[in-house]
Amino acid sequence: MQTRQDIPDFPIPRECPVHPPAAYTTFQERDEPSKVRMWNGKDAWIFTRYADVKFILADSRFSIVPTRENFPNVSAARAAIRAKDKTFISMDAPGHTRYRRMLAREFTVKKMEAWRPRIREITNGLIDDLLARGNRAELVHDFCLPLPSLVISELLGVPYDSHAFFQEQSRYRVRMDITPDVALAASKRMMDFLDGVTRDKEALDDPGDDIIGHLIADQLRTGEISREELVGIADLLIVAGHETTANMIALSALSLALHPEQLALIRQDRARIVPAVEEMLRYHTIAHFNGSRVALEDVEIRGHKVRQGDGILALANAANRDPAVFACPNDVDITRDASAHIAFSFGVHQCLGQSLARVEMQEALALLFERIPDLRIAATVDELPFKGNVFVYGLHQLPVEWG
Amino acid sequence: MKITVYPDKCVGVGQCVVAAPTLFSQNDDDGQVIQLKQKPDAAEYQAARAAVRLCPASALAIEED
Repeated sequence: MQTRQDIPDFPIPRECPVHPPAAYTTFQERDEPSKVRMWNGKDAWIFTRYADVKFILADSRFSIVPTRENFPNVSAARAAIRAKDKTFISMDAPGHTRYRRMLAREFTVKKMEAWRPRIREITNGLIDDLLARGNRAELVHDFCLPLPSLVISELLGVPYDSHAFFQEQSRYRVRMDITPDVALAASKRMMDFLDGVTRDKEALDDPGDDIIGHLIADQLRTGEISREELVGIADLLIVAGHETTANMIALSALSLALHPEQLALIRQDRARIVPAVEEMLRYHTIAHFNGSRVALEDVEIRGHKVRQGDGILALANAANRDPAVFACPNDVDITRDASAHIAFSFGVHQCLGQSLARVEMQEALALLFERIPDLRIAATVDELPFKGNVFVYGLHQLPVEWG
Repeated sequence: MKITVYPDKCVGVGQCVVAAPTLFSQNDDDGQVIQLKQKPDAAEYQAARAAVRLCPASALAIEED
């Protein structure tokens, strides 16, 4: 049993930048669940076993509404942002369901596959630029970030010439080391910008064949949603649409460059990029602090009773390294079947844009190592700036060289 | 083997389409699951089980023979 002194502060720092904290393994090995202490001094149950995490995330007796008493926000800045959030990611069913239905058609497997040629074209354009500039690059700035930013701009119908602006505001959104005022001010700047984009489109008879255009025509003009709601959705999609994928591309490029034997397998058979991307999603699980819930009633989990009102962290980042499900979980192995990973979460809140993320990652990683076969990391792993205390894990920079 | 679909539970992420493209599709209008075949062929059993396992919203169920 944990004593009060044994309850660690959350987030728990990582010992090694590519692995979750060792404490998660200790938690997994305990029969009873463990507790962690949040920034505001409140305790939350932490669940780290794959079966437990999946069970919680799929069960409607656990609420995602962030303003509930004891909801374990991971920092003061996150708490402030989440308290203001009025989008469906902060709603339980059935409210949540209505908005998901409006947006699911924009991210179907078929539609994302139809975008693949355009995503490939954007990716090739960025690699052309890298090669034209010499034999060194900072991959996050020159490749990982612009690729999903360009794609989500086109999908949404937001002018890409504002990318520097929206990338900067998005970075504030996931930072945990800033005051609530700074986080809220950045959020307001983004909302004002997207409000302007929406109003410009509304002024047109045909608001455009893109997501914001569709929402204006089908939802705003029919009175289904307000402009404020539309702007909130656009904000959610733009942040989720590039900040996450950019970090996954950077971390995956690093992992593949560090594991040339894995890269060789992809070179032998390009179709292996598909399972390789699933393995990268499992291994990195960049939404590393995601999974906060509050129990709406007493629930028994593996013989242990969680009480109504208790705060809970059900961490996919830990679950995806559970040796009961993934053998040698700390090894990168693109030949394993990693498809059961829950990097996109589980339950009704599972990532809406996962098919887009998959196409982007598959194209980015396959083309990068195909066209720059001798790509090397121009630093040691210890020298690389990992995003420790950021809600979405990743790399601030990734210096690379070739030739 | 028989597959049952619960469209009310579907959240439209398309995991079933990726796992078993001959058994499931998505509606263009709302991304909801469309069942292409209720009784999969023996060669599709593995894909059918994967689709059920991967569905995040318990919108699919299998009745084994």
